[in-house]
Amino acid sequence: MSLPVRPETDRQIDALLTRFPRKGSALLPALYLIQGEKGHIPEAAMEYVAGKIGVSPAFVMGVVTFYTMFRRAPIGRHHIQVCMTLPCALRGAGGVMKHLEKRLGIRRGQTTPDGRITLSAVECLGTCDTAPMCQINEDDHGHLDAKTVDAILERLQ
Amino acid sequence: MAFEPLLTRNIHKENPASIATYMASGGYQGLARVLKEFTPEAFVEEVKNSGLRGRGGAGFPCGVKWGFLPKGLDKPRYLCVNADESEPGTFKDRLLIEKDPHLVLEGIIASAYAIRCNQAFFYIRGEFHGPCRTFERAVEEARAKGFLGKNILGSGFDLDLIVYRGAGAYICGEETALLESLEGKRGLPRIKPPFPALIGLYGCPTIINNVETLANVTLIAERGATWYAGIGRPKNTGPKLFCLSGHVKRPGVFEAPLGIPLLELIHEHAGGMMHPDRPLKAAVPGGSSMKILPAANCDVLMDFDSLAAAGTSLGSAGGFVMDTSVCIVDALLNLARFYAHESCGQCTPCREGTGWFVKILTRLENGDGQPGDIDLLAEVASRVEGNTICPFGEAIAWPVQSYVAAFRDEFEAHVTQSTCPLGAAAGRS
Ligand SMILES: Cc1cc2nc3c(=O)[nH]c(=O)nc-3n(C[C@H](O)[C@H](O)[C@H](O)COP(=O)(O)O)c2cc1C
Ligand code: SF4
Ligand code: FES
Repeated sequence: MSLPVRPETDRQIDALLTRFPRKGSALLPALYLIQGEKGHIPEAAMEYVAGKIGVSPAFVMGVVTFYTMFRRAPIGRHHIQVCMTLPCALRGAGGVMKHLEKRLGIRRGQTTPDGRITLSAVECLGTCDTAPMCQINEDDHGHLDAKTVDAILERLQ
Repeated sequence: MAFEPLLTRNIHKENPASIATYMASGGYQGLARVLKEFTPEAFVEEVKNSGLRGRGGAGFPCGVKWGFLPKGLDKPRYLCVNADESEPGTFKDRLLIEKDPHLVLEGIIASAYAIRCNQAFFYIRGEFHGPCRTFERAVEEARAKGFLGKNILGSGFDLDLIVYRGAGAYICGEETALLESLEGKRGLPRIKPPFPALIGLYGCPTIINNVETLANVTLIAERGATWYAGIGRPKNTGPKLFCLSGHVKRPGVFEAPLGIPLLELIHEHAGGMMHPDRPLKAAVPGGSSMKILPAANCDVLMDFDSLAAAGTSLGSAGGFVMDTSVCIVDALLNLARFYAHESCGQCTPCREGTGWFVKILTRLENGDGQPGDIDLLAEVASRVEGNTICPFGEAIAWPVQSYVAAFRDEFEAHVTQSTCPLGAAAGRS
């Protein structure tokens, strides 16, 4: 049977199984490895990781759906996540989001037709001193306004 | 007397996160002192005597919590560091992790020694990509220098540390949800008792402490309990990191002794209000779950007991400030959405109540409110409070109760005028 992940990922997951006092703890880091390889977590991979850890595929599905950072479907090449929680909202997060929606021609929760950008609304990212802010892929961008947003979009290919 | 920065003493240095910078100013000497001069039990006593109270939200005395660990039980003990930092308005642990990870790490190692733990976990929220990489680098540096691993500094004490990434769930900051998550499950809080000190991670005795709490342990290791207890106010000792965001000129993290006046934080540390013509309307001193203070009540001291006496809490010290342009109904609606999204759904009052809040507040803000709606908000909140598995119930009931109580007129005006008097709905997104 062919593996639903690359052999390298499979080896890394095997190493996780003995890293913790209990095997179960390997699940979240294993899901990160799978998502890192594939961009999301397909169902076949959930079954595979369930078998490795010794839990049911339904259990893995429960975990994947509980945490917002795990994705069951692919997203755009860049992921813009705008924080909409109160400290950011007080400093104009709503306007930043509207500007992004207009510039990208999509609504929050959608991906541009060319697959370049997915736009999401998220909750407090623990960086409220730079409000309004967003996270793009793994980087934080603060003190946003229409001008800084445009400059950022320019750079995202 | 000018206050000497303690928790933030390194953050403005060049390469603040590197072990070389940290050790150049005496870093890890506190740990060496503890390992040499204290038995584990004696250091627990030392931390008790310092008066250090937990910085994660509840303000429970740190040494007392450590003392709850069962004696003579033949099971491993675990230390779990809470770096989930998800309470809206809070960004202080992030500063420590990014700018002085070794200050945190030294405290973790000394604390693990005190509670006789050989395996610690650092549970960090998944969205903290950069801080997590910085911390992992610090762990490798500490391992290379022999501060982690076997026989630390020749003391015979062994400690391994695992960095564990959360994956986007506010509730995993609650300590028992954090344990579930660390076990590779959904983050559903557990019913207490049993408390984690008896039955925690993998069913073993476990201590959960906040990042900033453990950074304070480093200070106690360096200079002792008596010195530490002289900072701040009685029963509210030590330095504290205060976050301030919202409508101030310079949002940020400010270090001061516990007990600094809120107005001093706003007007001196944070540079005052953002717009000169828009005065202070209200402040939330402790993070979004804590009760709001209308401007007239903002003359308070920022410590656990003073804020409790003022009817609110220090919480995670994630303070934020609102000026007169803010519609309070709209602000509460924003928070209600957050809590509705983050409820883990186990308890009916929390799961359903948060949904009710969103519905009622939405119709109020849109001008469709009905006469009984304001009382309904307060009533639903009173049914959520105290009736849930974890304190998340209070975390939404308190804002609802306090925003309504302090700004009842403004809520009423939404009903009588059938619109938001400040027109906030139009600007909202
Ligand atoms: C809903 C909820 C969220 C919490 N989030 C955090 C958090 O992000 N970080 C934290 O340190 N404590 C958080 N806490 C508090 C923890 O449950 C726990 O009291 C704390 O980590 C203990 O550490 P301390 O004694 O050092 O303060 C949260 C509590 C609740 C009820
Ligand atoms: S109070 Fe809310 S968050 Fe806490 S356990 Fe119950 S449903 Fe979950
Ligand atoms: S509210 Fe946006 S980062 Fe905290």
